[in-house]
Amino acid sequence: MRIFDGQFPRELEDESIYIMREVAAQFERPAILFSGGKDSITLVRLAQKAFYPGKIPFPLLHVDTGHNFPETIQFRDALVAELGLELHVRYVQDSIDQKKAVEETGKYASRNALQTVTLLDAIEELRFDACLGGARRDEEKARAKERIFSVRDDFGQWDSKKQRPELFDMLNGRIQMGENVRVFPISNWTEIDVWNYIREEKLQIPSIYYAHEREIFERDGMIWPNSPYINREDHEEVKKQIVRFRTVGDMTCTAAVASEANHIDTVIDEILSATISERGARIDDKRSEAAMEKRKQHGYF
Amino acid sequence: MAISNKEVLRIATAGSVDDGKSTLIGRLLYDTNSITADRLYAIEESSKRKGLDYTDLSLLTDGLVAEREQGITIDVAHIYFSTPNRKFIIADTPGHIEYTRNMVTGASNADVSIVLVDARNGLSEQTHRHLYISHLLRVPKVIVCINKMDLVDYSQERFDEIVNDFKALVAMDELSSMELEFIPVSSLYGENIVSRTEGLSWYKGYSLLEVLETVEVRSQDAEAAARFPVQYVIRPKSEEFHDYRGYAGKVASGSFKVGDEVAVLPSGQTSKIKSIDRFEEALDEALPKQSVTLILENDIDVSRGDMIVKTPATPLKALTSDICWMDRTPLVNGKTYKLQHGINESRVKVTGVNYRVDTSRLLKEETVSELGLNDIGEVTLRSAKPLLADTYEANRSNGSFILIDEFTNNTVGVGFVK
Repeated sequence: MRIFDGQFPRELEDESIYIMREVAAQFERPAILFSGGKDSITLVRLAQKAFYPGKIPFPLLHVDTGHNFPETIQFRDALVAELGLELHVRYVQDSIDQKKAVEETGKYASRNALQTVTLLDAIEELRFDACLGGARRDEEKARAKERIFSVRDDFGQWDSKKQRPELFDMLNGRIQMGENVRVFPISNWTEIDVWNYIREEKLQIPSIYYAHEREIFERDGMIWPNSPYINREDHEEVKKQIVRFRTVGDMTCTAAVASEANHIDTVIDEILSATISERGARIDDKRSEAAMEKRKQHGYF
Repeated sequence: MAISNKEVLRIATAGSVDDGKSTLIGRLLYDTNSITADRLYAIEESSKRKGLDYTDLSLLTDGLVAEREQGITIDVAHIYFSTPNRKFIIADTPGHIEYTRNMVTGASNADVSIVLVDARNGLSEQTHRHLYISHLLRVPKVIVCINKMDLVDYSQERFDEIVNDFKALVAMDELSSMELEFIPVSSLYGENIVSRTEGLSWYKGYSLLEVLETVEVRSQDAEAAARFPVQYVIRPKSEEFHDYRGYAGKVASGSFKVGDEVAVLPSGQTSKIKSIDRFEEALDEALPKQSVTLILENDIDVSRGDMIVKTPATPLKALTSDICWMDRTPLVNGKTYKLQHGINESRVKVTGVNYRVDTSRLLKEETVSELGLNDIGEVTLRSAKPLLADTYEANRSNGSFILIDEFTNNTVGVGFVK
């Protein structure tokens, strides 16, 4: 058996299902943070397997920036209907209207950082004590040190120096009033593990992961999707191109790759030969070398 | 067909920046093409800004801002790479005494531990500690990389000298003749990391990566007594599954087959396994580390924290245990803590502190009354309820526990049942 032949190591699924069951047992009100991306779709599948033939005992929470790809929203609603899930949606626009968050300006303006405000309010309002997220340690250096159970204070803050040690497979989710836990069941998966899993499990994913024709423009050597939300400069010329997306974020901060891959097999082949890492296509991480760690400290995932 | 468990190899590395550990890991990533162009570009730029005339591969693993500022690794970092033969997960930790707890954490899930020494300096205080921790945690395979061979002119004599020093050390009682494998390497120049090179032509063994790709990690879990801690009871109460009552959990050790006679602890009630479910699939047998759902033949009362077994475990109310302490507030005799054994919880009282181990010199200090941050020692505990634990020696998956502070809820220590 060769991993590069596309085998998914099932040991990782066993570990993730174990984590899902610990969350259900240790917390009163857990929720899955659902973005419509491939990692959160994987979480939903794992939850389905962990409690089968029972129902998934967690609702989904989606923080909607208003800048999502419409394909993602359609996908989300179809999945929720198919599995009979409970879905909570909270809007960044509401946080802006309540003057809790301020829209960024300039040509790189995005609502990515603003999501944190809406997320923390939603956690408080819905009284979630644990939020499951699809972050993986291989994505970024600061995430490489994240725990599986990551305790946050009531400001959602992550303190890298105060993390609880995690030994063997023992997970300590005990918290005080006001604290909550972020849980990362697929911490030990890599991007290629997720893709191989999606292939083996025959999971549906939003269409923008596959090659399609779209209006784009070029900026800083990257392909940006054109949308009403982007502050495009006059010289940045819009044209049509066949592209696909490697991650699903906002339309303002997710770069496309030129690609003809329209089937999961060709997508996987392309990733294996790619020279740019997954988060390299996330414009929000480029701001500084320590960008991710700073956002995490402020309560971002 | 699914990949067997051995397709994921978990590695613990420990060492200081001076031993060239981050460079060694960076080299493994670089030489296996696990670094993408943008990440390589980013560290090339950082190396230039620091005024280096080479690409500092150690920058690939030193994650947090505080670390970049101080030029050292703190905490446990997880690093992932694959070759066509295996997926590797490295838990990388610093080697200084003040990071003992991180080393123990990193080693707790390891199949292999890599101990790194500088060929110029040979064995150090840290080497003693790394060997001791690998031994205490019963890491199945320990590889010693004798690094910076380029700085000792690739001398076989120097290599042999260090190997002999190691052999003398593991002859000590504290290390009870642990088995080691030795590899001469130069991580800066990538020699003997992935491929063998001319300078070290006298070395007839495998390169580090060759060893990692082929090492047989004999799983003690499969041979140990069968243990299944019940994590969650699945009762759908839906029309289709009206009477379904499944016990979900992960096999800790041994295996369970349909038809096996089992007992449920602590009640001791017996039953037979009717079926083993994994999602929509029915299995004949569940193996260690598999997350499954067991259905029993008769309707007995089972809840989370109970343990399904094939051979009885002796419930322990008084136990002797090695402890690694992980909190700034010391462990004190007479204090009460929460204990988590697997998924089970109890309260324990410390009834004695027997000794502390000086991990730099491997000496026992018997005049201590408490264990401070990063101390390792032996204590006795009394548990409020019987623990369904095996000794760590006999069963790595059912012989450890964590201690939790009752006021802060922090994980403050880890223990190994003796």
